[in-house]
Amino acid sequence: MKQKLQELKEEASQRIAEVNNLRDLQELRVKYLGKKGEIKTLLRGMGKLPPAERPVIGSLANEIQKALEEQIDKKETMIEKELLEQRLIREKLDVTLPGRPLPIGAIHPLRKVIEEIEDIFIGMGFAIAEGPEVEWDKYNFEALNIPKNHPARDMQDSFYITSEILLRTHTSPVQVRTLLEREGQVPVKIICPGKVYRRDDDDATHSHQFMQIEGLVVDRGISVGELKGTLDTFVKRMFGQEVQSRLRPSFFPFTEPSVEMDISCVVCAGKGCRVCKQTGWIEILGAGMVHPRVLQYAGYDAERYTGFAFGMGPDRIAMLKYGIDDIRHFYTNDLRFLRQFQSV
Amino acid sequence: MLLSYNWLSEYVDLTGISPEDLAERLTFAGIEVEAVHARNTGFTQVVVGHVKEVEPHPNADRLRVCTVDVGEEEPLSIVCGAANVAPGQYVPVALVGARLPGGIKIKRTKLRGVLSEGMICSAQELGIPEKVVAKNQVEGILVLPKTDVGTDVDKLLGLDDYVLELELTPNRADCLSMWGLAYEVAAILDRKLKLEQPPQILPEEKEIPVELILDAKEECPTYAAQIVSGIKIAPSPQWMQNRLMAAGIRPINNVVDITNYVMLEMGQPLHAFDLDKLAEPMIRVRLAHPGETVTTLDGVTRACPEGTLLITDGSKPIAIAGVMGGHNSEVTSKTTTVLLESALFDPGLVRTTSRTLGLRTEASNRFEKGVDPERILLALRRAVQLLVEIAGGTVISRETVEVQEDVEDITIQLRHERLTRLLGVQLKAEEVEEIFRRLRFSVKTVDHGYRVEVPTRRLDITQEVDLIEEVGRLYGYDRIPATLPWGTQSTGGLSKEQRLQRTIRHLMLGLGFSETITYTLTSPEELRKVGRLGQDLPLIRLSLPMSDERTVLRTSLLPHLIQTARYNVHRQQENIALFEMGHVFITQEKQLSKLPEERLELAALITGNREPIHWQGIPSKVDFFMVKGMLEFLFTRLGVEGITYHGTEIEGFHPGRTAEIRLDDRLVGLLGQLHPEVSKAHDLDETYVFQLELLPLFKAAGRKIHFSPLPRYPEVTRDLAIVVDADLPAAEIKETIYSEAGELLKTITVFDLFSGEQIEAGKKSIAFNLVFQHPERTLTDDEVNQLHNKIVSKLETTYGAKLRG
Repeated sequence: MKQKLQELKEEASQRIAEVNNLRDLQELRVKYLGKKGEIKTLLRGMGKLPPAERPVIGSLANEIQKALEEQIDKKETMIEKELLEQRLIREKLDVTLPGRPLPIGAIHPLRKVIEEIEDIFIGMGFAIAEGPEVEWDKYNFEALNIPKNHPARDMQDSFYITSEILLRTHTSPVQVRTLLEREGQVPVKIICPGKVYRRDDDDATHSHQFMQIEGLVVDRGISVGELKGTLDTFVKRMFGQEVQSRLRPSFFPFTEPSVEMDISCVVCAGKGCRVCKQTGWIEILGAGMVHPRVLQYAGYDAERYTGFAFGMGPDRIAMLKYGIDDIRHFYTNDLRFLRQFQSV
Repeated sequence: MLLSYNWLSEYVDLTGISPEDLAERLTFAGIEVEAVHARNTGFTQVVVGHVKEVEPHPNADRLRVCTVDVGEEEPLSIVCGAANVAPGQYVPVALVGARLPGGIKIKRTKLRGVLSEGMICSAQELGIPEKVVAKNQVEGILVLPKTDVGTDVDKLLGLDDYVLELELTPNRADCLSMWGLAYEVAAILDRKLKLEQPPQILPEEKEIPVELILDAKEECPTYAAQIVSGIKIAPSPQWMQNRLMAAGIRPINNVVDITNYVMLEMGQPLHAFDLDKLAEPMIRVRLAHPGETVTTLDGVTRACPEGTLLITDGSKPIAIAGVMGGHNSEVTSKTTTVLLESALFDPGLVRTTSRTLGLRTEASNRFEKGVDPERILLALRRAVQLLVEIAGGTVISRETVEVQEDVEDITIQLRHERLTRLLGVQLKAEEVEEIFRRLRFSVKTVDHGYRVEVPTRRLDITQEVDLIEEVGRLYGYDRIPATLPWGTQSTGGLSKEQRLQRTIRHLMLGLGFSETITYTLTSPEELRKVGRLGQDLPLIRLSLPMSDERTVLRTSLLPHLIQTARYNVHRQQENIALFEMGHVFITQEKQLSKLPEERLELAALITGNREPIHWQGIPSKVDFFMVKGMLEFLFTRLGVEGITYHGTEIEGFHPGRTAEIRLDDRLVGLLGQLHPEVSKAHDLDETYVFQLELLPLFKAAGRKIHFSPLPRYPEVTRDLAIVVDADLPAAEIKETIYSEAGELLKTITVFDLFSGEQIEAGKKSIAFNLVFQHPERTLTDDEVNQLHNKIVSKLETTYGAKLRG
């Protein structure tokens, strides 16, 4: 019996060693170690053995079973590992093939610029004010110190709907509306982005519809110094710390004194190029100290409070920033144009 | 305004200041210089030649061989093609070696076998703009006045000059004259000013009285006239022509040139009437009668709108005041006696008249911005002086002047503290006084400030703040220190609506839609392409549109979105997903008496495939439920609940694939497929669109989030497949199931839908996945089965639904 067991072990061990797939291995497990397997079958004849031998045989059989089980388990792990390795080889991909594309939407460059400007001013404590695009003549002009029949109206040829209602020519009426709403309270710190309309023939640099961002600060003790400081901070954050700004005197009916702000050319860094017409400077916004008549119209005491206002064109800024050569691109919405603005 | 550097230097010493320096200094004082042009655009070695002989060219009919004396030992032989060349003329000759604008170099050359030693030039060849060349000098060679041969033509024509192109702001009417600019430049540079006051010239012998009647005193507060006779009409002297040309004005004849010259010099527009064409030496200024017409100098007969101010001779109109003279009293080559007008007209009136007539002139431009009342008489005297000196005239009347009111310099108080507070810089009193002294405003120091007398030439300065600006601009803004606002802090930031607009924009971008911005102005035809939600409201029309394409305000964002899609399809774009967020304009009024509603809307359009093509398979074509899924995504992200969809039929949309979107029963939008005919008309494939009114959504959006404890007991799911009538809406079945099942039913998901062979005609099979859950204990199978059966029998009785196996 002992020998038979040994032989069985040899035989099984050999076959296990030869097997090379999981199914055959499983069969061997059943054949030798199963309930009706050969070892169990052999041990059934143990009753015929003298009692003294039984424990010896029994422990030998256990030993053999354990050894075979171990061998099978080991083999199983080996085969599984091999199979896995084969699978991994089979599963190899050409990682250079393109990924499955997701549709990508492109933000409009004007919105991109407007959001950027808004965020800079929000960071300086400004709120965003809005107003209607169809506006009263009195808010668009008269409240801004541009009486009817004033030559300054030539600066902004308008689309009228009735004699008293027009498409706003600038976002400045939002200044007036905000001041009227605030009823003499300070501080007022707002910017107002929005669409404006002028009777211009559309060409590469003119559009009958475009964007504007107006800004207004009213408080005690606001001077040209604060105007300079605020706007210089803005242009540095918008265009880069290295950008220089300068003020030139100008004229707007609703500010006095009025200025225009130039920045050192963002294309050539002030050396002179086609964009800045070789001057090294680019006009970027108009500004000034709020005209006392504008404050008075809105019920503010112009003796106690002063303020500054400014206005800029996101169209122009976007054109500068991205090197866009034709304002009409913004309103044509060619996808090949828009898609150039899909990254952050 | 074009500013001649040389002319200016007659009034202000410009030593050491180049034209470019001057431009820079002016710009930083608020007089923006757009460009500096050299008047000589690139010629050299062009001298005056005297044409001695003109012979026909032996080999060419159109050419001539001229013998021209240019002051050298031998006269030159020059072949010339101009028809007007004639012996005795003085002409510009480009010598051998000369350059002409455009880079042409003159060489000794043979033209059809005849030697040509130079070139006789036309005005155009010298680079003089045609619009300033005297009309009879435009064609052919330029004929010069008698001058020493060999004289440099550059100097003779005043082309050794620079012109500064000024971009004047409307407040600086004073800078529409050389005198005004001289005051400004003298102030900027702090230099002396030399302006000569013209003399008053009285009639020597006979004297004709001029009768002046001002019927419209408000419209014409001041009028001055004087008569000069014995005039011989001729070209004006070259120096005057040169200055006119530098200023962009074409020389005509001595009389007209003098009026233009004085206008440029002093800013006061003048007019000369041919006295012989007036009924009598009388000027009557009155408002036009209804229906009255005037034929102006340009030969156009113009109907005068009501309120037009006319200059008449007592019987007929002879000019439209401040705008243009009349044809009937025009100075011609036969004129010998002129009545000169120098007057003040109401700026608003001139502006209205010139706008209504569409006639803008140098005169109207100045009158409407305001002229210096103190120069009215000065200008008249200056013109009279020039008529006498240049045109051989004799004064035969006194200055006849009607003045309603003497204009005086105004005095403004300026507080020093106000000045420094507004500019944000500490200035010394001496610095302030110095600036006013440079401006030639007389200034007195008073308690805490100054009394400043503002001369009448600066009509733009009327109050304290205007003086502060004068100080600021001449002190220099670059010298003011920059600070940031202090004081009460403000919080700022975006409002809820503004934040949600950004959220929507970025969600739409994330869903693959590109943002567009299209025009607000459109046409009724464009708007009619797709139907409108709600009733047909009146359109808001522009009173004076620029083109037929842009006459009304948009009432929907969709038409331009469709147009944009079509534009892109025509540029080989097939997969298009676009959106726009903006206002549409709604009114109930036929004629606006109040502002319209500006409704913020979101509209989107999608056509073609959702994704680009890919090697792994076929991309998905857009369909109704894909777009609806996007909307549901939007609503979920916004936290808007209570949205329902209702099938509807709207013009321009697929009748079976269009839904109204309601928020708690209020109509807020539309989702649907464009009618195939509409798509086809725009070269679009199957196209889906939606539009949403945003304000109601914003109100419903962003409800407060309350944490609820995580469920501790398992979910039990059941599938339910039924056969019902094909047109029974799924939403209705869901509603019925929810109300029958009660609170234990957590979710219902439609997971299968089909009809066809296995299903009876007119029916559909729809399958739901139901999820049940109890908050406090585990549900038993029995409980769930009971609920399930209850639902099934409800569906059977309500819809005749049949359970599928």
